[in-house]
Amino acid sequence: MTPLPPLLSIRDLRTYFYTEAGVARAADGVSFDIGAGETVGIVGESGCGKSVTALSILRLIQPPGRIEPGSRIEFEGRDIVTLGDEEIRDIRGNRISMIFQEPMSALNPVFTVGDQVAEVARVHAGMSKRDAWDRAVEMLALTGIPDAQERAKQYPHQLSGGMRQRVLIAMALMMKPALVIADEPTTALDVTIQAQILELLVDLQKKIGTSILMITHDLGVIAETTSRVIVMYAGEIVEQAAVDELFARPHHPYTEGLMHSMPHIGHDQERLNVIPGTVPAPTEWPKGCRFRERCPYSWDLCEREHPPLYQVGAGHVSRCHLAIEPERRNSPHAPLVVEEGVAAA
Amino acid sequence: MPGQIQESALTRIPRPRESAFALGLRRILRAPSSRVALAILATIVLIGLLAPFIAPYDPAAQPDVVALKSLAPSLAHPFGTDPYSRDVLSRVIYGARLSLAIGLLSTLVSLTLGVAYGAIAGYAGGVADAFMMRVLDAFLAIPRLLLLLGILVAWPQLSIGALILFLGLTGWFGLSRIVRGQVLALKHAEFVTAAQALGASRRRILVRHLLPNLISPIVVAATVGVAHVIVLEAGLSYLGIGVPQPLASWGNIIQDGADQVAALWWMSLFPGLFMVLTVMTLNILGEALRDAHDRR
Repeated sequence: MTPLPPLLSIRDLRTYFYTEAGVARAADGVSFDIGAGETVGIVGESGCGKSVTALSILRLIQPPGRIEPGSRIEFEGRDIVTLGDEEIRDIRGNRISMIFQEPMSALNPVFTVGDQVAEVARVHAGMSKRDAWDRAVEMLALTGIPDAQERAKQYPHQLSGGMRQRVLIAMALMMKPALVIADEPTTALDVTIQAQILELLVDLQKKIGTSILMITHDLGVIAETTSRVIVMYAGEIVEQAAVDELFARPHHPYTEGLMHSMPHIGHDQERLNVIPGTVPAPTEWPKGCRFRERCPYSWDLCEREHPPLYQVGAGHVSRCHLAIEPERRNSPHAPLVVEEGVAAA
Repeated sequence: MPGQIQESALTRIPRPRESAFALGLRRILRAPSSRVALAILATIVLIGLLAPFIAPYDPAAQPDVVALKSLAPSLAHPFGTDPYSRDVLSRVIYGARLSLAIGLLSTLVSLTLGVAYGAIAGYAGGVADAFMMRVLDAFLAIPRLLLLLGILVAWPQLSIGALILFLGLTGWFGLSRIVRGQVLALKHAEFVTAAQALGASRRRILVRHLLPNLISPIVVAATVGVAHVIVLEAGLSYLGIGVPQPLASWGNIIQDGADQVAALWWMSLFPGLFMVLTVMTLNILGEALRDAHDRR
């Protein structure tokens, strides 16, 4: 899809957690690329492995979790998986940075926000206290914080949620990184603020020319911000396509289900639609297709064979056997989504 | 400006810019009991600091061991004199200086050790933490007074510096446990992961991000710790193995009159009063600090 060599290239990423309940294969053979300046979205339910994938890119996986040997995360010609501690620290916040979900808990409560934004420049650019502070104020103003000079001297608890998220964005963009990972950047915010923050991100991306990896469970966020979408389920990628293609022709039943679960304005809906069942436990992914038990089309092949990523269109892949037996889509043995509360176990 | 935020009237109200510390201090002083406590403590500290200027006599001078010995309080000697004819008021004033200094300095020693040990154990985690905590358990199993008695009896005639050091060396176990627990609880906080994601080193995270969050519990522990050391020092001096003569500490003034407590009542009443006031006010302030911290 991208003619240039990709900025980030992930191959067979496996991040496992060695828990008492067994080995949780949170990310289980994930491969994808992000081009320079591109915005890619990863979408999926809680527990599908999207956050673990994001944290793996920055090597922020804490024990008992670890990135399995053989996984490769190539970034600017280097393999992040095998970098030394010093080298990975040099990348974090500098070449790749991250925006966290909870702007309150991601900020240190005992320092002013200006201090915290300035710290990034002090760590990576070795700037003096005064220069770093000036840069921080500049950056805060760029993220649309009014009266940044004064706001910078305030503590996180003195700012509103939307303001705090702007502070986190300022921290993430301070060093003009090549890639910004945004992990559910708007989930904790009011709906009206959400749109502003997304707009801001897209706007700043254009100014700075950074790539964005947008992690979310909200297809609305994906539609608004990204050009390419990766759908994850049970630790693996189940579908990948350009955003228009995916919304026009979703192939995987899980993607289809997600789309049918979106509430629509104007529709007279009393209950929300949901995909019946839940994501299986990561310590025991089912054999064959991992979505099988929740899928209305599944047949014996789905139990026997773990589906590969089939090519189903230009730049469009799907991990579903329907690719080879498309006529089965016409005869589901159950509804794809059910109304919330009516779902039988 | 992109995505200009629509501020509500509420967020637009200019808020006072105050550090967490100033905020805490204000909260503490809201209670009348802590205001009184702070005033009393400040007075005692001032007395100690200004000892050479306000003490009427040289605290070590024995002007007349026959005529001026063991006098009851009078205008010339408001707190009386001791069996060596020294002025008790002057000794109590100088005692404030020494007792407070010993309390403060040895608490500083235990603070440094306790915070370092606890923070390293909590942040390292795993085997290192388990080992360090078992070592701590062993230390905690020995009563502090017994440990000090052993040391001071083995080395009689210790200098004040050595006394401070030993009081400090035996006083950090509890604090390091508190610090370790707090670090353990905080090290998985999202702002720590965020700091890591921004490229901060382990040392930087521990020193710049974790420890400043522990200031409140540390200050609380230190306040109570000073009170504790003052009592401990008095106890040791009373046993004759604390502050060496002719220096005056509240403990050894009481000791000087110990064999005739009933007859020389002024010798235990006045230094005792100062000590009780100091310890009480420290504890009240410690409690107030803890409340202020909890409410946040």
